[in-house]
Amino acid sequence: MPIKTYREAINEALLQEMKKDENVVVIGEDVAGGAGTNGEQDAWGGVLGVTKGLLKHFGRERIIDTPITETAIMGMASGAALTGLRPVAELMFVDFMGVCFDQILNQTAKFRYMFGGKAVTPLTIRTMYGGGLRAASQHSQCLYPMFTHVPGIKVVLPSNPYDAKGLLIQSIRDNDPVIFMEHKNLYDTSGDVPDESYSIPFGEANFTREGKDLTFIAMGQTVEICNNVADTLKKEGKTCTVLDLRTLSPLDEDSILEAAEETGKIVIVDESYPRCNVATDISALICQKSFDSLKAGIKMVTPPHTPVPFSPPLEDLYLPSEEKVLNVAKEIL
Amino acid sequence: MQLNREELLKAYEGMCLIREFDDAVHYEFAADAMPGFVHLYVGEEASAMGICMNLNEKDTIASTHRGHGHCIAKGCDVNDMMKELYGKKDGICGGKGGSMHIADLSKGMLGANGIVGGGPPIVLGAALTYKTKKTNNVSVGFFGDGASNQGSISESMNMASVLKLPAIFVCEDNGYAESTAREYAVGGKILDRGKAFGLDSHEVDGDNFFEVYEAAKHVIDNARNGKGPALLHIKTSKVYGHFEGDAISYRTKEENERIKNDEDPLKIFKKKVIEAGLLELTQLENIENESKAKIKKAIQESKEAEFPNANDLLTDVYIKY
Ligand SMILES: Cc1ncc(C[n+]2csc(CCOP(=O)(O)OP(=O)(O)O)c2C)c(N)n1
Ligand SMILES: [Mg+2]
Repeated sequence: MPIKTYREAINEALLQEMKKDENVVVIGEDVAGGAGTNGEQDAWGGVLGVTKGLLKHFGRERIIDTPITETAIMGMASGAALTGLRPVAELMFVDFMGVCFDQILNQTAKFRYMFGGKAVTPLTIRTMYGGGLRAASQHSQCLYPMFTHVPGIKVVLPSNPYDAKGLLIQSIRDNDPVIFMEHKNLYDTSGDVPDESYSIPFGEANFTREGKDLTFIAMGQTVEICNNVADTLKKEGKTCTVLDLRTLSPLDEDSILEAAEETGKIVIVDESYPRCNVATDISALICQKSFDSLKAGIKMVTPPHTPVPFSPPLEDLYLPSEEKVLNVAKEIL
Repeated sequence: MQLNREELLKAYEGMCLIREFDDAVHYEFAADAMPGFVHLYVGEEASAMGICMNLNEKDTIASTHRGHGHCIAKGCDVNDMMKELYGKKDGICGGKGGSMHIADLSKGMLGANGIVGGGPPIVLGAALTYKTKKTNNVSVGFFGDGASNQGSISESMNMASVLKLPAIFVCEDNGYAESTAREYAVGGKILDRGKAFGLDSHEVDGDNFFEVYEAAKHVIDNARNGKGPALLHIKTSKVYGHFEGDAISYRTKEENERIKNDEDPLKIFKKKVIEAGLLELTQLENIENESKAKIKKAIQESKEAEFPNANDLLTDVYIKY
């Protein structure tokens, strides 16, 4: 199978869906770049080059560079979705949701329910999240728990190139608003990605390791961390399950409970702020529905409850790491 | 010309220090010696100095992602700033903020900002404090041509107008927002947006320190005297790309040359003061050399300085672990 990066997988998903469906348009700041200049068109293709090359296939009619105006971007994309287009709107860094959350929270997410089921809003919001790039407090957050909290919007966190392509295609085809969240540190990671189009259904978590002694529950970038820790522990004679949630809304409760029941020992690794995050949510789920299967208290590895620091050694201390996850796992193994 | 010799020297000192600081950061970043994202101000120095020379220590400014020049012009210490860029413990924000979050409240510098359009609403608050406490201070919010399209900018100009706040809005228009031209992204005229909200609005040549200084003096004096807010639309250009690492493929070679050769505010200042016999070349060259030495020292000390440690991670936030 061809090897592609996470970045290439996302680009390919967009290319294929745009070829297949002329209602798909890409909207965002510098998604092509070079607009109105005398220099290169498609100068950027997104800040980290994810949408680069789409302009030559679809032109500025469908690769739409916008002013810096997130409220208008999200509102325009929502309104377009409501009236016949299938937009992929880019929120460059998820941190900028602060500027435009009303259009997501109160508008697009609620149309279908609030209008008595009459509205269809096939909107995909692509956004970058996560730490590790020394991008400091306003460009490093995860914030996916805040979207997960809101009914009506689906939340997708691909952890690898294969999933990125399949889940993005699913997101675009889905008739509800979806936020598709790309971890900045994953863009250059690579893996098998088929050339043909395929989709991965929402609400199906993926077992990336299977074992008997302990279950790691992970999402996005933390999947890789947990896989590596599971591999390390295997050499020490302990086998672990790693469950990649893939989508936070809808949430694959069955797989979570199954994984919990199999080992009775759970470590949840979540890069978002520790209060009211995905780890606390899943921990509550397991305690409510599968308390008797637990052989130890549920453990969580998260950052501390602080903004993301800039200084490299502080950011390293802040983020979940293999070392931290390994130590926590050993506490209950 | 209202500036005396001392003030002229101060203006040139400030502009040189900004130039040297950001030029040095450009080279350090290219040499992989610096973490994170940095946005450089080279080419726009006359704006920061022309504005800030009209401010006193109690006046405040809010800056942008391209904030080093504003910080230096408002009196932030370049050693502490440089340490911050390297993420060091003695940095101006303890290494926690980095380039996009430099702040020094004791100098009236309310923060650079990673959110485009994030600063001007904060300036409203500072201006409200001054109006309420009758202090005769003013607050200045910088933003770019790209930022002028954010709702927060329009909302802030309107609120300042409605409440007659001593707030000055400074749009530093360098023609681009990332790789997108102003011609593409700005509908109508930036100046007209200020006028539409009832602000005293002026367009200014940002390559010319004296023009910025005069325009700023006019609107800042008025704001101090209760005459309300203003907008300065400063036309300028920047030498480097959007951030360090940007290939700048959206600009032509000719444009890059023109910016460097014909639109350099330091060269223009130098020529003007020498031709008018206000300062001598040697004085200006001394200033240039001093700035170089200062920045060289700042870099060296910053590299040698200590990083913050695990304890620092959990301070300055209300929840203790
Ligand atoms: C709310 C928000 N949207 C987008 C960005 C990404 N971004 C950072 S700087 C920038 C361009 C700003 O252009 P302009 O205001 O003209 O300032 P300049 O960089 O030219 O100084 C963009 C889009 C951001 N930081 N915050
Ligand atoms: Mg600009």
